[in-house]
Amino acid sequence: MISPKRLIQKVVTGLFGHMRHQSRQDQLFNVVGLACTLVGIVTLGALLIDLAVQGLGRIDWQFLTSFPSRHAARAGILSAIVGSMLIMLVTLFTAVPLGVAAAVYLEEYARKNWITTLIEINIANLAGVPSIIYGLMALGLLVYYAGLGQSILAGGLTLAFLILPIVIVATREALRAIPKDIRVGAFALGSTKWQVVRYHLLPYSMGGIATGVIIAMSRAIGETAPLILMGALTFIAFLPPSPVQSDPPFVNAEWLDSPFTVLPIQMFNWVSRPDPAFLRNAAATGLVLIAMTLSMNAVALVVRHRSRRRIHW
Amino acid sequence: MTPVASDMWIRAGKRFLERCIELLLLIAALFSVAITCGIVAILIYESSGFFAHVSLTEFFTDTQWTPLFADAHYGIMSLVAGTLVTTCVALAVALPIGTIVAIYLSEFAPPLFRETVKPILELLTAVPTVVYGYFALLFVAPLLQRIIPGLPTFSMLSAGVVMGIMIIPYVSSLSEDAMRAVPKLLREGSYALGANRLQTSIGVVFPAALSGIGAAYILGISRAIGETMIVAIAAGMQPNLTLDPREPAATITAYIVQVSLGDLPHGSIGYQSIFAAGLVLFCMTLFFNVIGHVLRRRYREAY
Repeated sequence: MISPKRLIQKVVTGLFGHMRHQSRQDQLFNVVGLACTLVGIVTLGALLIDLAVQGLGRIDWQFLTSFPSRHAARAGILSAIVGSMLIMLVTLFTAVPLGVAAAVYLEEYARKNWITTLIEINIANLAGVPSIIYGLMALGLLVYYAGLGQSILAGGLTLAFLILPIVIVATREALRAIPKDIRVGAFALGSTKWQVVRYHLLPYSMGGIATGVIIAMSRAIGETAPLILMGALTFIAFLPPSPVQSDPPFVNAEWLDSPFTVLPIQMFNWVSRPDPAFLRNAAATGLVLIAMTLSMNAVALVVRHRSRRRIHW
Repeated sequence: MTPVASDMWIRAGKRFLERCIELLLLIAALFSVAITCGIVAILIYESSGFFAHVSLTEFFTDTQWTPLFADAHYGIMSLVAGTLVTTCVALAVALPIGTIVAIYLSEFAPPLFRETVKPILELLTAVPTVVYGYFALLFVAPLLQRIIPGLPTFSMLSAGVVMGIMIIPYVSSLSEDAMRAVPKLLREGSYALGANRLQTSIGVVFPAALSGIGAAYILGISRAIGETMIVAIAAGMQPNLTLDPREPAATITAYIVQVSLGDLPHGSIGYQSIFAAGLVLFCMTLFFNVIGHVLRRRYREAY
């Protein structure tokens, strides 16, 4: 066990020890650079502490299992949690197959022609489109033109479109990291292209794909603007019909049609009220939300670390 | 059938299956193009309804934006001003800090420190923007009010500052990658000429990585222009043609959110106005994305 004093000493020599041999300018910049780096980290810390101070006392079983209410003390985030989960379900099952398939095509199948170039430029551009524009598209095309209404299905699809570029880019990077020998070897044993993809490339790139998907989902779960735009409601005092039921066929799709709210929209709704009691609710919701996104990011880090360690080419 | 013939059939079947799979994968890849087409089509379609009522001259020269009032004005410039001011505030925070962080992490910091700090810094992008909005309104705004007396609760300054901090990792990560891709030989040449670390960083590494750093800046700009929830919560919702960051003002994105919070009938001029505003936003970000794309390509070709 290292004593606190030794620890501080070690950190200080680690950060500044090499400065002894540096010019005055370099020493100065070391301090400036460290200060600037700390700006971001201190802000993150201040944000977390502020949320915790305001909201931690508000989080209890009642808060997690109640519907929104006009009375701040009785209000809860049950419908928002369930809404977020169901939206994520739709997003996951749309974005992952589509994104992985598109990435496999671009990395393994595509020839160098204008269609491929078009798709590549298009994906790079889509990644830079602001999320609110996806909301406009969802409103115009999904909600009205396709007639999906302000439903969980429309919301989930919107977020799936939004994270599609992230999934594609992550999958392509994972595929690119697999050495060519693997493909050549499998072909030499008589595999078809699809067999190479199915039995070699996809299993080996699973870690990278999972990392990308988790990061993308953590972005989707915090996304507010597109869902507000397509008309997600802020006051939902009921739950959508359950996706599973006791009699055959055991699953039903009615929940896809249900109106919904999600955690960030619930938080936004409470932030825009002047009553401090509601602001505390907002802080508590933010805390739940940020706990979700940060833990997803942590899981992604672990998955990446593990999959890197396991594979030695 | 002879064994050879049946073997041929199996092979043909297999080949057919392979073609089908390739086609399916191609369709998945083309789906992303369809999304872009959907976006462009719906923006242009609904905006064309809007511009049937509002002339382009009025759209770009009127100084007021009040589509939902009885006395309706459609001057997009007051929203564009809000977007530009919040973006500039954010960039004034993010570009200097992001660049210094990138230089520090790439050229100065010990490797262990860099590997620990980078993921933490990138967590800034994992915080949902609605949470940043809360933070800007209820933590940063009161803090700034102490420094600048008379600052209103809603101001472009507080929204812009928080937005800037959110963008730091976008700027610093990409810039750092670009700087670390600069060959070691260039640095050693500079040291050999007697330059110190800072002189080498600024005089040699920075210019060599310039197109990559430019791409990072552009990414930051286009993030700031499209950012919605922070400004919708903390910068106020009133369109206000001003360049003073201490005032509240609505941005293009905040206006779109504000309208969709209300109950606007499908097909009304107010409904169409959010698509016109969206089209302007889309063009602005597209412009920067194209520049960024060109810069990134040059940076890849450099080494």
